[in-house]
Amino acid sequence: MAYAKHGSADSMARGLGWFSIALGLAELAMPRTLTRSLGMQGRERLMSAYGLREVATGIGILSARDPTPWVWGRVAGDALDLGTLATALDGGNPRRDNVGFAFAAVLGVTALDVICATALGMGQRRRGPVRDYSDRRGMPRPPAQMRGAARDLDVPEDMRTPAPLRPYTSAA
Amino acid sequence: MRALCWHGKQDIRCDTVPDPKIEDPRDAIVRVTSCAICGSDLHLYDGFIPGMKSGDIIGHEFMGEVVEVGSGNRKLKVGDRVVVPFTICCGECEQCRRGYYSVCERSNRNRSLADKAFGHSPAGLFGYTHLTGGYPGGQAEYVRVPYADVAPVKVPDGMTDEQVLFLGDILPTGWQAAVQCDIQPTDTVAIWGAGPVGQFAIRSAILLGAKQVIAIDRVPERLDMARAGGAITINFAKESVLERLKDLTDGKGPEKCIDAVGMEAHATSTLDAMYDRAKQAVMAETDRPHVLREMMYVCRPAGTLSVPGVYAGLDDKIPMGAFMNKGLTMRTGQTHVNRWTDDLLRRIQEGQIDPSFVITHTVGLEDGPAMYKTFRDKQDGCVKVVLKP
Repeated sequence: MAYAKHGSADSMARGLGWFSIALGLAELAMPRTLTRSLGMQGRERLMSAYGLREVATGIGILSARDPTPWVWGRVAGDALDLGTLATALDGGNPRRDNVGFAFAAVLGVTALDVICATALGMGQRRRGPVRDYSDRRGMPRPPAQMRGAARDLDVPEDMRTPAPLRPYTSAA
Repeated sequence: MRALCWHGKQDIRCDTVPDPKIEDPRDAIVRVTSCAICGSDLHLYDGFIPGMKSGDIIGHEFMGEVVEVGSGNRKLKVGDRVVVPFTICCGECEQCRRGYYSVCERSNRNRSLADKAFGHSPAGLFGYTHLTGGYPGGQAEYVRVPYADVAPVKVPDGMTDEQVLFLGDILPTGWQAAVQCDIQPTDTVAIWGAGPVGQFAIRSAILLGAKQVIAIDRVPERLDMARAGGAITINFAKESVLERLKDLTDGKGPEKCIDAVGMEAHATSTLDAMYDRAKQAVMAETDRPHVLREMMYVCRPAGTLSVPGVYAGLDDKIPMGAFMNKGLTMRTGQTHVNRWTDDLLRRIQEGQIDPSFVITHTVGLEDGPAMYKTFRDKQDGCVKVVLKP
């Protein structure tokens, strides 16, 4: 059952990864439109930088064997987004309603990110203590004594080093 | 019967499915007594190889007892114990007659698919995508073995499953990887990956007389096992592979390099590894060929690269300049299992090698799904999982 839950967290992480890439591409493609809709004109470069961050985080989540640190990275990014949006919540902003809506949306996504990162962390099992395999030789005598024991093999002609290369590979 | 079925990325389940039936006079039905999870099964588990359908039975390392034989099969009889090679071969086509069993021209019943993907089709494989025939695999209670009058290896009396199970894949795969290096007594053989195939390649290289065998990995237990087999080890997470290989070869590089890793290389701190991860994440590249690149770079000029590791499709940033200008030779391919089985069986019987050393976990079929994750994540010292249906 724990395995199944971990599988769900992985799926959720992949979904968040693709969401991150999509959001990032949108921020990179239309920074002016987005800043205008939030009453944050003049902060287009910041919007583009956030877009780059989202794309990088998304690729990280999708490509990492363990996406947990990348999902926590999204949580940190969410905090940055919320902080930035909070600065635009003042009464003088004519687009204050849009900012409030965006703030609520980011809060919701933040909750999802935290749930996902926590589930991923819980699903991880410790590798456990290192086992001792130093006696797993697989041969009856120490390797030094077994070296060359199979030299009786007649290496098939099609697997031999080409004759012109042999002097180089077998030279002492 | 019960069988492990693929249902999507990282979704393997132990399902109840219909029993197999004889479909051709040359077939046999085998009751599986032991089967194993292969490193290449993990490529299916992680969803890197296309051509799987939900419900496909996976697994291609298995052995058992013959319980039914087709009317045209004169090699096997009910009650025989057999190891079944993972490559299905007809024994009659031009490639089989030349000993190139893994590229049998007749056994892939979906060859038109494979022709499109690879130009020409390789052999059919058990439990390994519809590109290679869509044959139900061996992580099951019973398996239908096509062309069962050709490849299955009869097990002599008195030998245990654990001694002979790996004759079907990883032992001959590690062996062929070393043999096709044409090892000379003066050679240094560097082997990337100390998983099961890497472990057998290490011992094969020692038995074939290599002067020095070097194993490269980062998992402590696997490095431990590699040293037990006679290898000098390099932990790539802690030291520079390039520097250590230079030091160990007087600056000349290893004459022979073996890639026992394949398409899911786990290098973490190199630029090319990050590049591969990013491209793979957005589906712009199928494989992560870090090991191939590193081998081409470090191999001594006029040396040989042997690649038993599985690659699926398209690879980027391959240093062909190094490969061409150093005059390297590359030999690769799925293993021509039956080319080696008689010889290896004799070596096991004579005690030259005991393949069971690699088994670290033995569980029931129902525990198979969880063991896929344990094996993939190298948890609990896992090197090789054997399943008992």
